[in-house]
This record gives sequence, C-alpha cells and structure tokens, in this order.
Amino acid sequence: MPYSDKVVDHYENPRNVGSFDKNDVAVGTGIVGAPECGDVMKLQLKISADGVIEDAKFKTFGCGSAIASSSLATEMVKGKTLEQALAIRNTDLVQELALPPVKIHCSVLAEDAIKAAIADYQSKQAKMKSAETLVNSVEVTGAVAVAA
Amino acid sequence: MNVQTPVYMDNNSTTRTDPRVVEAMLPYFSEDFGNASSKSHPFGWKAEEAVDLARERIARVLNADPKEIIFTSGATESNNLAIKGVAEMYADKGDHIITVVTEHKAILDTCKRLETEGKRVTYLDVKPDGLIDLQELADAITDKTILVSIMAANNEIGVMQPVAEIGKLCRERGVIFHTDAVQAFGKVPLDVQAMNIDIASITAHKIYGPKGIGVLYVRRRNPRIRLTAQMDGGGHERGFRSGTLNVPGIVGFGMAAKIAFEEMEAESARLTALRDKLRTLVMDSTSDVYVNGSLEHRLPGNINMSFNYVEGESLLMGLKDVALSSGSACTSASLEPSYVLKALGVGDELAHSSLRFGLGRFTTEEDVEYVAKRVNHEVERLREMSPLWELAQEGIDLSTVKWSPH
Repeated sequence: MPYSDKVVDHYENPRNVGSFDKNDVAVGTGIVGAPECGDVMKLQLKISADGVIEDAKFKTFGCGSAIASSSLATEMVKGKTLEQALAIRNTDLVQELALPPVKIHCSVLAEDAIKAAIADYQSKQAKMKSAETLVNSVEVTGAVAVAA
Repeated sequence: MNVQTPVYMDNNSTTRTDPRVVEAMLPYFSEDFGNASSKSHPFGWKAEEAVDLARERIARVLNADPKEIIFTSGATESNNLAIKGVAEMYADKGDHIITVVTEHKAILDTCKRLETEGKRVTYLDVKPDGLIDLQELADAITDKTILVSIMAANNEIGVMQPVAEIGKLCRERGVIFHTDAVQAFGKVPLDVQAMNIDIASITAHKIYGPKGIGVLYVRRRNPRIRLTAQMDGGGHERGFRSGTLNVPGIVGFGMAAKIAFEEMEAESARLTALRDKLRTLVMDSTSDVYVNGSLEHRLPGNINMSFNYVEGESLLMGLKDVALSSGSACTSASLEPSYVLKALGVGDELAHSSLRFGLGRFTTEEDVEYVAKRVNHEVERLREMSPLWELAQEGIDLSTVKWSPH
C-alpha cells in the first residue's frame, strides 16, 4: 500500500519517542489498543501545574500509520491546555497524514490515547487532592484534639 | 556488499521468468503463432508439436503420462476444476469432501461454494508444526466421502504435508486424492504413481515460468478419474477444459519444468543452505524470533518468522528495499492476521509480527546477508519504539495485561 509522504516522514523520523516516569503525578499515561488487534499505543503527557501540556512522548506497536498517528499526536498536544487537547479529533490526524479509509482506526486510537492520558492525569490529581484533604482534615482534627 | 535493491524475496508469491524460458517462448508469439487445434496446415502442426513436447516435460516431473496433463489458465482454475469437477461427476457416489484449514483460498472458497450447494465439507485442523494428523484424516473419511484435497506444500509457511501417506490412505479407502502442488512442483520430488496422487494442480509462474498458464494432472488409469468440465466449448484437453491452447505459455511452462527438474537436486540444496543461513543470521543477533511451521518438513526456499513485539506491516515498511510478504493483513479493514498462522496456534500478536521470506533461483548469498542485516536493524529500531517491548523488558507478562481491544 502506498503511504503518504507525511506518514513515511513520521515513520522514519518519529517525533518524541520515549517514556516518562509513569508514577510522576505530573505525568498522564494512556495505553490503548491490544496486541491481538495489531496495534498498541502508549502516549504520555507531562502537564504543568496550570494545566498546560509541556511535553509528550509515545511508544507504538502497530503499522506505519499507527506510528505516524501517535507521533503527530505528540506534536499536536504540546503547548495545549487539557481542554484544547481534548478537542483534538481523529479527523484532524486523518487530514494531516492523508490516511486512507482502512487506516482511519489508527487515528481513532491516537485520539483515544490522548483522552486516556488526560483521564489518567486527572485521576492522579484527584487522588492527590483527596489525599491532601485527608491530611488537612487529620491536622484539623489533631488541632481540635489539642485544644480539647 | 554488492547487492542490487530492491531485493526480491517473495518467491512464494511469484517468480521471475527465467531468461531461458522467455527465449523458448518468443517464436510462438511470432512466426510459430499457429493454433494447436488446426490439423490442416503446418502452422497448427508446429504449435501442436510444441504443446506435446511441453506436456512430456511437465509429465516427466510428476512421473505421469503426457496425456494426463490438462492445460488451464492457472492454479486457481485448476483447483476449481478439480474440486467442482469431482463433486459434480461423483455426486451419485457421495457428497462429502475433506480438506484442511491451511489450504489456499482457491481451495477453501471453492469448498465454501460447494457447501452452499448442499455438499458437506470437513476442514481438518493442523498440529502446531502445520502438519495434519493422519489419524484424523482416516477418521474423517466416511462412505460418502468422494474427495480429499490436501496441499503438498503451504504457500505461507512452506510446510510439506505427508502426501505419500495421504495418497496411500485415500487409495485404500477408495477416495479420490487431489493435491494443490503449486508450491511443491519443481522444488521437491513429486511422483503421482508412488504417492497415489489422482489429481494435482500446478502453475508455471511459481517455477520461473510465465503467469497465466497452469496444469491439472488428471489420472487416466488405476483408477481412471473423470471430471465434469466447468466450461463449455470446443472440448479441448480431453474434454476437461475447452479453450484455444495458450501455446507460448505452454511452451514456457514446459521449458520451466524441464529446467526445474534438471536443477532440482542442486537448487534444493543451495536454497536450503541459504534459507538456514538467513534464519541463523537473524536469530543469532535478534532475540524473541520464532519460526512458524515445521523446519524439517519444509520447502527449501521458504522461511516464515515472527518477530515478537514488532508489528509486521511496520516492519515491511521499514524494509522497503526488500520485497517480502507479511502474515499480518492490517492492510485490509478486517485487521485479521493470517489464518494459516492462527491455525498453527500462533497467537494473534505473533501472527501480526510475522514475515514470509521466499528465496529463489535468483537469490544470492549477498542478498541473504543484506536482508538479515536490514531485518536485524529494523527490528531493533521498532522495538525501541514498541510499548510491548518496553513492558517485556520490565519483566511484565503481556498476557496478564488488561488491554482495550477496539
């Protein structure tokens, strides 16, 4: 199957291949797909305290179009807020990479990876906040106890 | 390294027509253009003479009689004629056909068609090495079984079925035995007498002959096999296959068969050595590589390997200067990996990671070294990019991961 020049470029010179520490609270990790379907994407976002995506990395098991879709996704999300990143649609990737109909699922997977990474980040943040609240309430209780 | 790229390593798909074959064919496009059925003038006589010589050459490879060679347009037609022809001709005797899940689509889809017309078909499974279980075949034969169709060698994994044992069993049970011998013909010895083959499909373009010309071998005695013709017309080829003979194609097929037969022993040894060299060069420097199908019962020029943690189509894309096939059909919307590999019990993820290497007459040792180097390099590059490789390196068993299939 002939690939578009952009797919070939991303395949041969993938942007932002690599990994962040998935335990870092500032990192959201999304892993989507399944090996038996022939594609798995891991997308990681490093997010600043004010909710801007500072950096992104990916690793992909899949065809050239899947690799290109995830590579392009890392480029597109950088510098965006979470809301802006969530607004990225797979059709944006299809258009940019000129994906043929049989490869549209690759772009869908990349969109899902962005959403999964953001969801992971948000659930980590929520957990941290509830932990902080718990710590604060313990402190308050302690203060009350001292006062009593 | 002096290698001309792209390197062609897809000889199970098709082969380059040997220059000696092309040369033999050329006169039959021009001065010797006659119709082999024209009995009244020298143009026809010359064409018929050329066809007869080709028939002899092809028959010799099979240890058959030249009269048992029926020319067709290719192996797909041969397979259709064999299966439909037997099913129709022997409908009074029975309605049951036995074949194997790893057969070529020309067999499987023909059988599926017959099922819609009320025939019953048993699809035998294969063992993990790709071979059938002879006992399962014996058990599947009933008094309604009219045909067993089992390929001599598989197109994807090169595994050779025990044709002689299958033939013996079918003969004992009085069932017609057809074999799709497309991949085996001219590569490994085939003897329709010793192996009790009743019908065999072969084609020229897999043995360095032209495309568009095939043969169906149909036994004439002990027992005499009859077929219902699938095309009506002039009653050519003993009434089995009407249509003006493709004389240049037939001449080319004959020459290709002659060369393949004469060079079989030396070529088989050379290709086995080259194929083993390729496998060793790859597996010595790349980990987690698996050979699909039996190594022992295998065509000389074929090796099919899975590269774990790397997807086959992306690997092919990286190997753009090597012509290969992938067992992954990600190019189709279905995302289904090869049904042949699945039948061996190869997991979907490994099936998605497989490549078929088909070495042939024009493959050199330098080609093999070059391809091995390129494969090793690309697999390493893609693994660096693979989340599955990363997880495996962390010691995580991928089968325990909860994925999100889409």
